[in-house]
Amino acid sequence: MSTTETLTLGKALNEGLRRALEDDPKVLVMGEDVGRLGGVFRVTDGLQKDFGEDRVIDTPLAESGIVGTAIGLALRGYRPIVEIQFDGFVFPAADQIITQLAKMRLRSQGALKLPVVIRIPCGGGIGAVEHHSESPEVYFTHTAGLRVVACSNPADAYSMIQQSVACDDPVIFFEPKRRYWDKAPVDRSGDWLPLDRARVVQPGSDVTVLAYGPMVKTCLEAASAALEEERSLEVIDLRSLNPLDFGTVEESVRRTGRCVVVHEAPVFSGYGAELAARISEKCFYHLEAPVLRVGGFSTPYPANRLEEHYLPDLDRVMDAVDRVMEW
Amino acid sequence: MTIDSARGAPSPGAADDPSGLAEASPELIQLLTPEGVRVEHPDYPLDLTPEEVRGLYRDLVMVRRIDMEAVALTRQGELGLWASLLGQEAAQVGSGRALAERDMVFPTYREHGVAWTRGLDPLKVLAMFRGLSNCGWDPAEHNFHLYTVVIGSQTLHATGYAMGIQRDGVLGTENAAATIAYFGDGATSQGDVNESFVFASVFNAPIVFFCQNNQWAISEPLEKQSRIPLYRRAQGFGFPGLRVDGNDVFACLAVTRKALEAARSGQGPTLIEAFTYRMGAHTTTDDPTRYRLEAELEAWKLKDPIERVKAYLVRGDLADPAFFDEVDAEAKQYAADLRRRCLALPDPQPMEIFRNVYAEPHALISEEQEQFAAYLESFETEGSGS
Ligand SMILES: Cc1ncc(C[n+]2csc(CCOP(=O)(O)OP(=O)(O)O)c2C)c(N)n1
Repeated sequence: MSTTETLTLGKALNEGLRRALEDDPKVLVMGEDVGRLGGVFRVTDGLQKDFGEDRVIDTPLAESGIVGTAIGLALRGYRPIVEIQFDGFVFPAADQIITQLAKMRLRSQGALKLPVVIRIPCGGGIGAVEHHSESPEVYFTHTAGLRVVACSNPADAYSMIQQSVACDDPVIFFEPKRRYWDKAPVDRSGDWLPLDRARVVQPGSDVTVLAYGPMVKTCLEAASAALEEERSLEVIDLRSLNPLDFGTVEESVRRTGRCVVVHEAPVFSGYGAELAARISEKCFYHLEAPVLRVGGFSTPYPANRLEEHYLPDLDRVMDAVDRVMEW
Repeated sequence: MTIDSARGAPSPGAADDPSGLAEASPELIQLLTPEGVRVEHPDYPLDLTPEEVRGLYRDLVMVRRIDMEAVALTRQGELGLWASLLGQEAAQVGSGRALAERDMVFPTYREHGVAWTRGLDPLKVLAMFRGLSNCGWDPAEHNFHLYTVVIGSQTLHATGYAMGIQRDGVLGTENAAATIAYFGDGATSQGDVNESFVFASVFNAPIVFFCQNNQWAISEPLEKQSRIPLYRRAQGFGFPGLRVDGNDVFACLAVTRKALEAARSGQGPTLIEAFTYRMGAHTTTDDPTRYRLEAELEAWKLKDPIERVKAYLVRGDLADPAFFDEVDAEAKQYAADLRRRCLALPDPQPMEIFRNVYAEPHALISEEQEQFAAYLESFETEGSGS
C-alpha cells in the first residue's frame, strides 16, 4: 500500500492530529469549537467523535484559560494541543504564553517539561473581518523558551504537527489559513525532515528568496515567473523560525550573493529584520546587494477590500528581485 | 437543548433548569407573554402609550428587515460576513430604547438593533462587513462605541468610561449618564469580562452589563461556559443580577431602564441576562446544523419577539391592519434603499491603508506611504506604454 496520498493542508493537519491522538493516550486536543463543530476551519473534524470528549475538549471561551490550563495539564503529564481560533485572539493568552509557558522549564532548572502545542491559523487573504488576518509570529520568536514553526504545505503540515506534539518544549505552530484548501501529496512513511530544519523548495542560482507559511507559495510562483525572464530564484521555506536553521540560509546566500526576505507581517521590527541582520553579519563579503525585505506595512492589517494591496504578491516579490539584481 | 442532551447525556445545569430553556422559571422577568398578553411585575411597572408600543413594533420590524437584507447581501457576495441578530431584536431594541441620549453604549459585533435605536446609519455597519473599513464611525456622534470583535474586551472599556462619568461628578444630577456594555453568553468566560465585574463593583461604577444569552457561542452551548444561570454570577462580584425574557421587548425596556437609573443615581452596576435565542447561524460562515437540533429552533420560534408585540397590538385593538401593512411597506422600502446605497459604496483607495494610524505625523508611515505610491505609479507608467 502506498504511503503517499493527496490531501488538503487542513486535512493533512487533521490526519496528523489523529495520528498523534492514536499514538499517545496522553495527547489532548483543546480549544473553542474544536469538538462537535470540528473547529471553524474543520481541522479537528471528527476527532471528538472518535476520541471522546475527554480527549478532544470544547473549552470555555477564554484563551488565557485555555493556555493556562494546558500548562497545568502538561505539568501533570499530558500533551495538550491547543487551538487558538484566529491569530488575533492569541493575545488574551499572551500573558500565559510569554510569562509562564515559555519560562517554566528554566525556572525549574530543567526539572519540568512543557510539551504544549499552540496551533494558530495565521495570515490574511481570506477576506475576513478585523483580527482574523494577522501574523503575530515575532511576538513569539522574540520570547525565549518557545519554539516557533510555520507549515506551508500539506506534507509538512502532516509531519510537523506530529513532530511538534512529540517535542518536549512548547511549540507555537502557525498554519497558513489561506492555504488550508491547497492540495498536495502527503508522505506518511515517517521519513521526515527534522522539525527545526529549513528546506530548499526550489533550487536556483541568482537570488535566494526566504519565506515561510503562506508566502512560500507566493514565492514559488514568483520563481516560475522569474524563469521566463531568465532569472533563477532559490526559494527556501524556513519552516522553523525559532530555532532558525541559519546554515541552510547561509549556504544559499553565499552562493547567490543576493537575498530577498518575504513575509506578511509588517517589515519594521519583523522577522526579516533578524534575517537581514544575520546575513549581513555572516555573509558580508559574499553579498552583491543589501538584503531586501518584502512584507506588510507599519499599519494595522487593513479592511479586507484593501488586503490585496497590503499583502505581498508576486509583483512585489519580483520588484524586490529586480532591485537586488540591479544593484 | 443540545444534540447531546437530546441523546440523554446529563447537562450540568439540569438541576436548575431541567428543560434547558428556563422559560417558566420564576426568576425570569416578563411583561408580555409569548401569546401577547400583558402581565404586571411589581418591580417593573411600565406605562407605554399605544403610540410608543407601535414605535417599538416598528423598530423590531425594521431591525429584522435590515438584518435579513444584510444576510441576503452576504449570500450574494456583497458583504464578506454578517453576524445576524435574528431572534434577538427585542433584547436589543428594548435595552436600546431604555437609554438616554447621554448614556454610552459599548457593543460587540452583533448589536445592529441597538445601533438602530441610537440613530446610527445601518449603512455604516454594512460598510464594515463589506470590508471597506475596520469599523469607521465616530462613537461620539451617537454615543455608540465601535463594534468590538475580540470577545469581552469592550466590557473593560465600558467600565473605565463609567468610572470617568463618576469622576466627572455628574451622578445624581440632571447631567448624569451611565454606560451599557453588551456581550454574549460565551463572553462571560473571558477574563476581561470577569475583571470588568470586579472593577465595576469595587468602584461602584455607573454601568449596566447587558448579556444577551442567546444560548450558543458558535457551536458551544451554555453548559460549556457555566454551571449556574449567568445572572447569578453578579452576586459573587457584589452587585445585582437579573434575568429578563430577552424576547419580550417590554421587559427588556423596563428592566434596563431601571438599571440605568440606578447607575445614574450612583447605585452602581447591574448585570442583566437577557434570556433569548440566536435563530440564525453564528455568522454567515457558520453551519449550525452541525451542532444543534431543529427542534430547539422550532421551540423558540413560538416565542418570536415580533409576533408577540403584534398579538398584543391586535388583541388590544391598538393597531389596525393598515398599520401593519404600512410598517411592512416602510421596512421593505428601507431595505431596498439600503441595498442600493450599499452597492454604491466605493472601494477604498489603496492609500487609505496609511491613514489614521497615528494622530501625529509619523516618519515611518510617511516613508512607506511614499514608497508604495511610487510602486503603484510604476504600473501606471508601464501601462501607459511610456
Ligand atoms: C478573544 C476571542 N476569541 C475567539 C473569538 C472568535 N469568536 C467570535 S464570536 C465567538 C463566540 C461568541 O459567543 P458569545 O459571547 O456567546 O456571543 P454571540 O456571538 O453568541 O452573540 C467566538 C469564539 C473572538 N472573536 N475573540
